[in-house]
Amino acid sequence: MPTNTYVDHAPGYVDNEGPKIVTSRFGYEDSYTLERSLATGGYEGLRTALTKAPADVAAEVKDAVLLGRGGAGFPAGIKWGFMPPVWPRYLVVNGDESEPGTYKDRLLMERDPHQLIEGCIIACYALGLNTCFLYVRGEMADAQERIGTALNEAYEAGLVGKNIMGTDVSIDVVLHWGAGAYIVGEETALIESLEGNRGMPRLKPPFFPAAKGLYHKPTIVNNVETLANLPWILSNGAQAYKEHGSEASPGTRMLAISGHVNRPGVYEVPQGVVSFRELFYGDNYCQGIKDGNELKAFIPGGASAPWFFDDQLDVLLEAKDAGAAGSMLGSGAVVVMDETTDAVKACLRVVRFFARESCGKCTPCREGTSWEEKVLQRILDGYGREEDIDLLLDIGKNISPGEYPVAAFGKANLEAVPFPPKQTTICPLGPSSVAPITSAIRRFRHEFEAKIAAGPQNDGHSQAPEASTV
Amino acid sequence: MSRLTPENVEVAKEIIARYPRPKSALIPLLHLAQEQDGYVADDAMEHLAELVGITPAEVLGTCSFYEMFKREPVGKYMINVCTNISCQLLGGEELLHHAEKTLGIRPGGTTDDGLFTLEDVECIAACTEAPCLQVNYRYKYKLDNADFDAMIEDLRTTNKDNIPPHGTLAEQRQHIPADKLAGIGSPEDTTTPEWFSKRLPVEEPKEENA
Ligand SMILES: Cc1cc2nc3c(=O)[nH]c(=O)nc-3n(C[C@H](O)[C@H](O)[C@H](O)COP(=O)(O)O)c2cc1C
Ligand code: SF4
Ligand code: FES
Repeated sequence: MPTNTYVDHAPGYVDNEGPKIVTSRFGYEDSYTLERSLATGGYEGLRTALTKAPADVAAEVKDAVLLGRGGAGFPAGIKWGFMPPVWPRYLVVNGDESEPGTYKDRLLMERDPHQLIEGCIIACYALGLNTCFLYVRGEMADAQERIGTALNEAYEAGLVGKNIMGTDVSIDVVLHWGAGAYIVGEETALIESLEGNRGMPRLKPPFFPAAKGLYHKPTIVNNVETLANLPWILSNGAQAYKEHGSEASPGTRMLAISGHVNRPGVYEVPQGVVSFRELFYGDNYCQGIKDGNELKAFIPGGASAPWFFDDQLDVLLEAKDAGAAGSMLGSGAVVVMDETTDAVKACLRVVRFFARESCGKCTPCREGTSWEEKVLQRILDGYGREEDIDLLLDIGKNISPGEYPVAAFGKANLEAVPFPPKQTTICPLGPSSVAPITSAIRRFRHEFEAKIAAGPQNDGHSQAPEASTV
Repeated sequence: MSRLTPENVEVAKEIIARYPRPKSALIPLLHLAQEQDGYVADDAMEHLAELVGITPAEVLGTCSFYEMFKREPVGKYMINVCTNISCQLLGGEELLHHAEKTLGIRPGGTTDDGLFTLEDVECIAACTEAPCLQVNYRYKYKLDNADFDAMIEDLRTTNKDNIPPHGTLAEQRQHIPADKLAGIGSPEDTTTPEWFSKRLPVEEPKEENA
């Protein structure tokens, strides 16, 4: 049992009205213990699964239309079906949560590790494999502590390992942990990292993990939240699952709403029935914009997602709607910016993130992201040039050719270009850096122009940029 | 500094045994070296290369990719202030500037007494609790300047939360008892697990029960 005083309950979860599929134990102080888990229906989904044939468990999950919660929103049941009938095969759990604004997998790992472990075993059983690696982000010491302890308890109790629940089914779950690199969240980079290498993405094709993953063997990579849904689905059935949320997106999602709202927090929200307006202003959710200010823009699905504006407030929280409107729900990270936000500064901060995290494997991303950062920095500092705005858009075109997804809005007479964007890179990290730029320039071009026209403001941290060849 | 101690070699062996290929254990092993010395020493990397059966250059190649691995000594406490978007909106950069002033160092720097290293970091998954930071990867949420100063004072004196020195992540390690191990699937083993074959859908009328 962890007794360290620093491992306390990770805060932020808001226990509001609504269905609780993955957060049902979050109210208990000892939610992370095996004792509490077992007392509240823990491992019952696994018990049910073990009475069925693996293929029937997989069919149940497919029937539930469990959309992946890691970013792309691909149905887990269909992904599982891509595995060729070849052994060995592996399951890798993606607990690398590091998309800016995203805060939900850590809560699931720290507060209810047994639910996740149960989900892993159910998935392994359905897929007929006996080794699962649970990759937890390196910076999450508390989550590693909780999962390590929970695994030890579960092995001791015969819920993981040899002869699970007294049956002939034997499955190992190994805790693995990273060491600080956002790109490792990308599934092929995650696999490289798990092989002990530098975490650089592989080219798809041929390296689609389901066919050629860990050690070039068939591998399923699923997000923590995706797997945390499995115990409930097996306990209650796909039919009951589909009673929550919408037809295209059953169930709930954990959403972290951060930034300028009155009640920021992590909410479990039914998919496809709540709008962003209700999320920001509703009593059951964030209860309005901070200080009664006006909304300026919001990021609907993590730093990689193109921004939305007040025109998109009525978009429902559902992958298909958000995609058609020019962005994505991504990793369930909603960042709200009110009227006091400096669009250039916010844009620079997000771009700087991608520049710092680019793995450097492909030129448009490696060179492009840091170039974007440099240009934005000089605009913010008042040393921008008139042609810089078009230069930024042009660099973006080299990373992501063609029309970049952009939210439709009447004020600028723009049509929505649906997500996702095209790319000249190996993975979507490079194109993600174009999202804040296109979003901010399309909507707030005047702010960029004003900064360029005003020149250096001597606000204490402005400094002349180094001579550049641009 | 040093190679792994005999006790840590035992821990390393247990970690390596959990993977189908030894090199997969490299990141956890680098953490083990960092836990022992506070940073990843050159000798430790050579030792890991021997344990895993790869070259020291390969170990360095992996080590140098990941931000958490420090190849020079750092402060006893690593203070990582998040300045990414959600935190920036609520004062993360101001908190970082205050930290710079309080500690008298810039991000990347270490105080003269060797106690603190400051870093300006990306999102640490606590965005609704902004602005926030980590001390040796343990969280502090919604800090104002006074909270920051009080935290530093506490770390200098009592360290009431018992935050371990830089390098130690989880203090509870996974341990799989030998008799509970299912048997980590080797990439060379192409057999289908027996329990799975037995449960495959039966096409002919049933002859035997599963
Ligand atoms: C740059 C990049 C970073 C990513 N980071 C994460 C992450 O931290 N966690 C995650 O679950 N998925 C992340 N993904 C998505 C994964 O590649 C993968 O699609 C996902 O883990 C699949 O799980 P799911 O189908 O259950 O959603 C990332 C993708 C990209 C391109
Ligand atoms: S797009 Fe960027 S992060 Fe992705 S593989 Fe290329 S260089 Fe690496
Ligand atoms: S942006 Fe600071 S914790 Fe996520």
